[in-house]
Amino acid sequence: MKIALFIHEWIVGLIPAEITGLTQMVLIALTYLTLFAVLGLYLVLLERRVAAWFQLRIGPNRVGYQGLLQTMADALKLLTKELTGTVKADKFLYNLAPYFVIITSLMALGIFPFTKNLQAYDLNIGLFFLIAISSIGVIGILLGGWSSNNKYSLIGAMRSGVQTISYELSIGLSLLTMVLLTGSLQLSEIVEVQKNGWLIVQGHIPAIIAFMIYMIAGTAETNRAPFDMVEAESELGAGFHTEYSGMKFAYFFLAEFINMFIIAAIATTVFFGGWLSPFGITESIPWLGVFWFLLKTFVLVFLMMWFRWTFPRLRVDQLLTLEWKYLLPINLANIVIMALIVWLGLTLQF
Amino acid sequence: METATINNNFKSEEYFINMGPQHPATHGVLRLLLTIDGEIIKKVEPDLGYIHRSIEKMCESDSYQQIVHLTDRMDYLSAHINNEAVCLAVENALQIEVPDRVKVIRTILDELTRISSHCLWWGVMGMDVGALTSYFYGFRDREMINDIFEETCGARLTMNYNIPGGLMQDIHPNFVKRVKDFIVHFKTKIPEYDRLLTNNVIFQKRTKGVGVLAIEDAISYGASGPVGRASGYSCDVRKYHPYSALDRVTFNEALHTDGDSFARYLVRIQELWESISIIEQLIDNIPEGEHKVATNAVIKLPKGEYYQKVETARGELGIYIVSTGTKNPYRMKFRSPGLSNLSLLNHITVGGKIGDLVATMATIDIVVPDIDR
Repeated sequence: MKIALFIHEWIVGLIPAEITGLTQMVLIALTYLTLFAVLGLYLVLLERRVAAWFQLRIGPNRVGYQGLLQTMADALKLLTKELTGTVKADKFLYNLAPYFVIITSLMALGIFPFTKNLQAYDLNIGLFFLIAISSIGVIGILLGGWSSNNKYSLIGAMRSGVQTISYELSIGLSLLTMVLLTGSLQLSEIVEVQKNGWLIVQGHIPAIIAFMIYMIAGTAETNRAPFDMVEAESELGAGFHTEYSGMKFAYFFLAEFINMFIIAAIATTVFFGGWLSPFGITESIPWLGVFWFLLKTFVLVFLMMWFRWTFPRLRVDQLLTLEWKYLLPINLANIVIMALIVWLGLTLQF
Repeated sequence: METATINNNFKSEEYFINMGPQHPATHGVLRLLLTIDGEIIKKVEPDLGYIHRSIEKMCESDSYQQIVHLTDRMDYLSAHINNEAVCLAVENALQIEVPDRVKVIRTILDELTRISSHCLWWGVMGMDVGALTSYFYGFRDREMINDIFEETCGARLTMNYNIPGGLMQDIHPNFVKRVKDFIVHFKTKIPEYDRLLTNNVIFQKRTKGVGVLAIEDAISYGASGPVGRASGYSCDVRKYHPYSALDRVTFNEALHTDGDSFARYLVRIQELWESISIIEQLIDNIPEGEHKVATNAVIKLPKGEYYQKVETARGELGIYIVSTGTKNPYRMKFRSPGLSNLSLLNHITVGGKIGDLVATMATIDIVVPDIDR
């Protein structure tokens, strides 16, 4: 990309060669941190507006144009709030927990190819890295619930543990189904393969099944309704983050929204062609890839919000039944079907 | 008390949590002492008294006109019906025959109250199983009824429209039109309720077979209203002891036999339709006439005991008055539907999960001031 090259040359000309690499890394890290914060804030705003739309309300529309600065104001409020906690909490773990949650989301964000060249780090085991990283977040939730010394929090954390670990399987297996189709774990490679048709079209039946399972498991993985028994406000008050206040609470909150974005972004990359435009209509303008990527991702994000504001919550045993008795066997069968389709060359390509 | 419970009845793997008084699912200041093993409920003990206002005792020093104003503070979602119960008791004791117009208006407003209570219940039911959106939909429709009440008697929640001998004032000229508008509106909304919750797979999974109440238990625990009828116990006071204008309308008693939370849900949805049908039968021919009969400024009930029961949105409300012939009752006792329905909670939720407790509690439809008078 020309702009990136331009910035690179500008920096090289500006400072000694020994520290250009480091400077660029810091700059990229800062860019991603900003992206993380802005994305989190605007996903919160989006959720509130979508919820309001579903619930015949107006939603925040006073702070800034159409309420665009509402979540900024909220973040400011949360920053200035006192950090209270329970006296008998395990202070070290209690304070550590939010960072586990937020750092995993941040790490996952780093490897997405927003367009062909706009990617912080093109890992050759990208998909594997994502699956591995996403399972670390649960440690933060477990720690938070355990160290709060609150029974509601503990129940919430236990539920979260059981839920995230179970649904991790489905996410992994459904993505593995797609890996069979592409033959690569590298995210940029996976997108390139889709120049001949998005994977959901190439893999047709098993790909659609994998996509549905992925969306269900992804919603569960991010602890969102109808799988939000971690929080389950009508049962547990606020679940694992009952005892968190101010910015620590905001970290959990922010991470939940970023995770939702990540889940949708993985689906976009793996099933819907990432930055590729439909039928290559804007292939000549590469930077429009960001637009397509975000458009697809936000459609999926909207889908997950739609789930949240219409479905009731499952019970914890029903949740596990769904995973172990339905999704997992279907998933395993689906992998076999996909393997057969790839082996027999029955994929659809344009 | 907690310590005593813990010491005597606990096994090592069980633990104890408090649900309430501020818990979002307790619909008021109800405290439940839960004994839990993992997520499985071993015991539920309701601990009452957080909102106790000694209404029964206060009634003993109030005149009968004043008592009416206390009853709507009990079950504030059935305020109008509660008021009517006292008025009917006094009218029957004094053998006052209220005008036809009063009877019809009272019945229409009763059913509107029932619809509004069920709307709120429906919204909260959805919220308790995790679907927040229903809450707003229920309130949207309830709002129209509140507006009707506001225009009719100036109050939206605690109506005080009934007085012994009739109604406080005549209905507003817009009343009939507004009620008809509401009926037209609401008939399109109940199918929406069905689309959002009733037909939802997750909702059915959460409520079918959960909190099952057998008919024998329903009778022996004194369950009434939709809770009793969902177990197949035909107990509609409106059918068996019709009051006001209920003897001149036809409607079906909503009955189900499953006795689970879903059946209790369906009974209430069906009651919405029945209430609409009752209103439709009455709204077009409200008789002309006076809106009250003259009563003495100080009402004195003849010596004796009086009992009047009505069907509120939650079930049978009984009013028992012992009079010694003075201007206040010697003893006043309310048989509130909420208390006997709540007593079922331990029986039907033990063995279930915490989530089941919340769903079941919602279908029992508790209003805490009704339980804790």
